[in-house]
Amino acid sequence: MADRSTARLVARLLGLAAAMFLFAVFVMPPLYDVFCEVTGIGGKTGGAARVRDAGVDQSRTIEVQFVATNNGAMPWEFGPRQVELRVHPGEPTRALYYARNPTDRPMVAQAIPSVTPASAARYFNKTECFCFNRQPLGPGEEAELPLVFVVDPELPSAIRTITLSYTLFDVTERSPDLVAKVAAGAAAR
Amino acid sequence: MAHGPAKGIKRWLFTTNHKDIGTLYLWFSFAMFLVGGLFAMIIRAELFQPGMQLVTPEFFNQMTTMHGLVMVFGAIMPAFVGLANWMIPLMIGAPDMALPRMNNLSFWILPFAFLILVATLFMEGGGPNFGWTFYAPLSTTYAPDSVNYFIFAIHLMGASSIMGAINIIATVLNMRAPGMTLMKMPLFVWTWLITAFLLLAVMPVLAGAVTMMLMDINFGTSFFDAAGGGDPVLFQHIFWFFGHPEVYIIILPAFGVISAIIPTFSRKPLFGYSSMVYATAAIAFLSFIVWAHHMFTVGMPLAGELYFMYATMLIAVPTGVKVFNWITTMFRGAISFETPMLFAIAFVILFTIGGFTGLMLAIAPSDIQYHDSYFVVAHFHYVMVAGAVFSGTAAVYYWLPKWCGRMYNETMGKLHFWIAFIGFNIAFFPQHFLGLAGMPRRYADYALQFADWNMVSSIGAFIYGAAQILFLYNVIATIVAGKPVKEAKVWEGAEGLEWTVPTPAPYHTFATPPAVK
Repeated sequence: MADRSTARLVARLLGLAAAMFLFAVFVMPPLYDVFCEVTGIGGKTGGAARVRDAGVDQSRTIEVQFVATNNGAMPWEFGPRQVELRVHPGEPTRALYYARNPTDRPMVAQAIPSVTPASAARYFNKTECFCFNRQPLGPGEEAELPLVFVVDPELPSAIRTITLSYTLFDVTERSPDLVAKVAAGAAAR
Repeated sequence: MAHGPAKGIKRWLFTTNHKDIGTLYLWFSFAMFLVGGLFAMIIRAELFQPGMQLVTPEFFNQMTTMHGLVMVFGAIMPAFVGLANWMIPLMIGAPDMALPRMNNLSFWILPFAFLILVATLFMEGGGPNFGWTFYAPLSTTYAPDSVNYFIFAIHLMGASSIMGAINIIATVLNMRAPGMTLMKMPLFVWTWLITAFLLLAVMPVLAGAVTMMLMDINFGTSFFDAAGGGDPVLFQHIFWFFGHPEVYIIILPAFGVISAIIPTFSRKPLFGYSSMVYATAAIAFLSFIVWAHHMFTVGMPLAGELYFMYATMLIAVPTGVKVFNWITTMFRGAISFETPMLFAIAFVILFTIGGFTGLMLAIAPSDIQYHDSYFVVAHFHYVMVAGAVFSGTAAVYYWLPKWCGRMYNETMGKLHFWIAFIGFNIAFFPQHFLGLAGMPRRYADYALQFADWNMVSSIGAFIYGAAQILFLYNVIATIVAGKPVKEAKVWEGAEGLEWTVPTPAPYHTFATPPAVK
């Protein structure tokens, strides 16, 4: 019974509802990430940082703790080689994680970092990190996973301890190219 | 249009008549009100004394969650959609809603949505137990298995609300009688038009939030999982971006009802009509930019806390305009105190109390003290129950004679009012004290120093619960055996097109549009 102007109005209103749904799912989460990155809240660390040479602040010692978690059903053995390191701000430091794929199939993992307290995230710069790339491992294979980080000397003086946490995700199904490469490597051996 | 309603159950299953669908919505919402009320009685019975007496803590959590969900989505929202269905076409001189078949669909989705939701209580692992705000990760990583049913139920009721909102907007914009300009519409129609736009803007956001939950739970995404690069705080932002407009979705139509009742029984036109319209629009706009005042304790930057604090306080301005307009309407009016007017006056007083406690909660530094305490519970029950539910009750007493052609018993109506008013205040006023003394919400047990006021609060809740049985009795007694009313204008002071049609309102009205001066 609806006449044409009603039909047009209904189409527009449905469009508004659909747009709001898409806004919630596809715009709000990335917008939130951008907002957190700009303001430095949320505890996420950025990508590879270029560290300015501001000298080492010998007067302060920061305790950096290392934590590892497996997400959901991720079967890899995954953990830090050192529980904690004492570093001076401005001093490039190398740390190691360790991973082993105990299954009988090639797998690919992605580590996601997070820093606590969140306000330290923007002062925790990584120049090198295994988390920048996906990590493939063949059946039974193991690997040392390195990272190099510098704590910015401008870290607020209230912060004495920083916890760096990695969570390991199974991204095998999303990375067929790397799986194929690992499988080929295993076959060549 | 000579034909009347179909016979038997088919009338209700296949009806496209706005009055039938309005009736269905109202009865459904009352049934849900009793279900949600039963959950509340279980909560208050458990909290009658310290220690665990009646239920397990797990079941208590399900009760607080389901009470909130059923009352918000099942009782209050459908009640006002029912009033909109019944009254908007009558108020604007339209023969029916613009999309009658969609109207039928949007109602009939609801019983199934709530059947699914309530059925989760009987599933292994129990129903939703994460609070009506379903914060991740409680509702994702740690949720009971039934959470997928919960998500589906939310999707269904969201679809129903969106269809209802589209229908109301199309009706109001396209089906007004000639001469019924926008600024001549009754305020109830205005508040619903604005509410419908709010629904259309935020129900899809709620659908988005539960969709992301569904993805996180079942498909390995990490929208709200910090371990996977997501953020549980993001959930709170998205939820409250929906949730704050949602509370105005509930209260704006209530404002519309009060703006109809107070002039009738004050025998004066509404004071400041156009300022009421602008205040409603201003409240609706502000509702989109204040959401994070629900989350002052998540660790926001100071600038964020200040912004959300001041923006929230700004809402007091248009709300104050409304309260002062209602008081000025009553000023020097020839007031009579029939049941609808009693509920309306109680609304103005108690809603204002709830508004003031809202202002206290808006102050970020003090909110950090009150957050998640019984002070918050008291605050939102003053605006949700004494606000929306009192207004809905007033609306039923006000329009019931027009709907069924019979007058309710005034003595019984007043009895209902006084029991409800006293019971409500005994139940919820002490919760302010409990909250200020530090009692947290959503716990099945409490420290001994909270015992006395909890017992008082429970007694008040039982009185308020009993008053609803009286309400049900009053409505049924009126429909079955009330004194017949013949006058089209049931209340001598009432104005508006709905009082120009015969009483009881015939099945079809305004087949030819009325002339509006």
